[in-house]
Amino acid sequence: MFEPIILSVKVALIATVIAFFLGVFFAYLLTKRKVPGKNIWETILILPMILPPSIVGYLLLKVFGKRGPIGAFLLDTFGVQVVFTWVACVIAASVVALPLMYQNAKGAFQSVDHSYELAAKTLGSSPFKVFRTVTFPLSGPGIVSGIVLTFARALGEFGATLMLAGNIPGKTQTIPTAIYYAVVVGKDEKASALVAIMVVFSFALVFGLNMWLKKKNHKGGW
Amino acid sequence: MGVSFKLFKKLNYFDLDVEFSIENELLVIEGSSGAGKTTILNCLAGIVTADEGKITIDEKVLFSHTDKVNIPAEKRNIGYLFQNYALFPNMTVKQNILYGLKNKREYKKKATRKELLEYAGYMMETLGLSHLADKNSNAISGGEKQRVALARAMVTRPSLLLLDEPFSALDENTKSKIYDEFRDFKESLNIPTILITHNHRETQLFADKNITLKEGRIL
Repeated sequence: MFEPIILSVKVALIATVIAFFLGVFFAYLLTKRKVPGKNIWETILILPMILPPSIVGYLLLKVFGKRGPIGAFLLDTFGVQVVFTWVACVIAASVVALPLMYQNAKGAFQSVDHSYELAAKTLGSSPFKVFRTVTFPLSGPGIVSGIVLTFARALGEFGATLMLAGNIPGKTQTIPTAIYYAVVVGKDEKASALVAIMVVFSFALVFGLNMWLKKKNHKGGW
Repeated sequence: MGVSFKLFKKLNYFDLDVEFSIENELLVIEGSSGAGKTTILNCLAGIVTADEGKITIDEKVLFSHTDKVNIPAEKRNIGYLFQNYALFPNMTVKQNILYGLKNKREYKKKATRKELLEYAGYMMETLGLSHLADKNSNAISGGEKQRVALARAMVTRPSLLLLDEPFSALDENTKSKIYDEFRDFKESLNIPTILITHNHRETQLFADKNITLKEGRIL
């Protein structure tokens, strides 16, 4: 009963950290720097949000599977197989949750008054220092909102995880896959308990975020 | 010595085409909204790139279309006071003033943190801001914000100071007080300064030299 909960939280936390760094990095790159093929990069980043999770899972399987480019490299070089391990759960959750982090970070960076960034520039800051000292700190609420939504999405990830990591109890079974399995084998009580945990936890998370953001807006400033 | 600039830039409704030079004095560029005043300052600061022309400060070329020179804004050492002051809302008054100082290589190498704080403290004292040092820059009045922005732009000892309608965000009561203060402050400036305004009174009060701009050209 508790194994899927512990694994889900562990996977969601690690996936959130990965999606945070990647999301912020790409949002910075695509909003603040000149990058060739910007629209193509952006579309690729958003794609996991639009595609059905089973397709994302299938594509990940093709990349991280034994014969996939990354999967084969990891197996040949380090003797590591990713598919059907908890690491696969992290990869699936990170990829599916990344668009949320990216979109929130991008929106937050774009909402910062451009004159602050120009002022920092005229005061001698390099583009990266402008970002580090002005843009990023002023994007706080948007970034926090992105982190919370990314965590919630990673926690609830089902389709891609099932394709890439399977549903191995005690090894790759997360809360959503455990609920699915419990329903299939007729363990309604277990499914209900896990569903209740997910609903309460997600509600608390989003409710807490909204309250915090309201408080921040009311106070004015970050 | 001094600053000289020749700028040409195609804008939406007209072409900006100006040429001027100043010494250690205050040039007022007067003109109605949309005449191209801020674009001149942005070109000088390196925020906007002119299509053609040349900018030199103390014989150092900052921009030259023909020689393909375009020094980025962060390396021009030009103080810029923005119309909305653009004080960093995530920092205190003191942090705002120290921001540019910390970036300057000559200070970075030689000065200790204590020396930086001392110099920022001196600047705050000169502009009567010492009592606001630890206040958030959002929590001060319009007149105080203007002085903080001025201190922040001045503290790095820029070779050119740009003031983009520095009084336009102030109410009438504050304005007359700040006018007096600025007139005194101006005497101690001793660097080339360009102030843009659409208020003729400010030209009369502060200008050592003045030009009027209309649709991108000097009248």
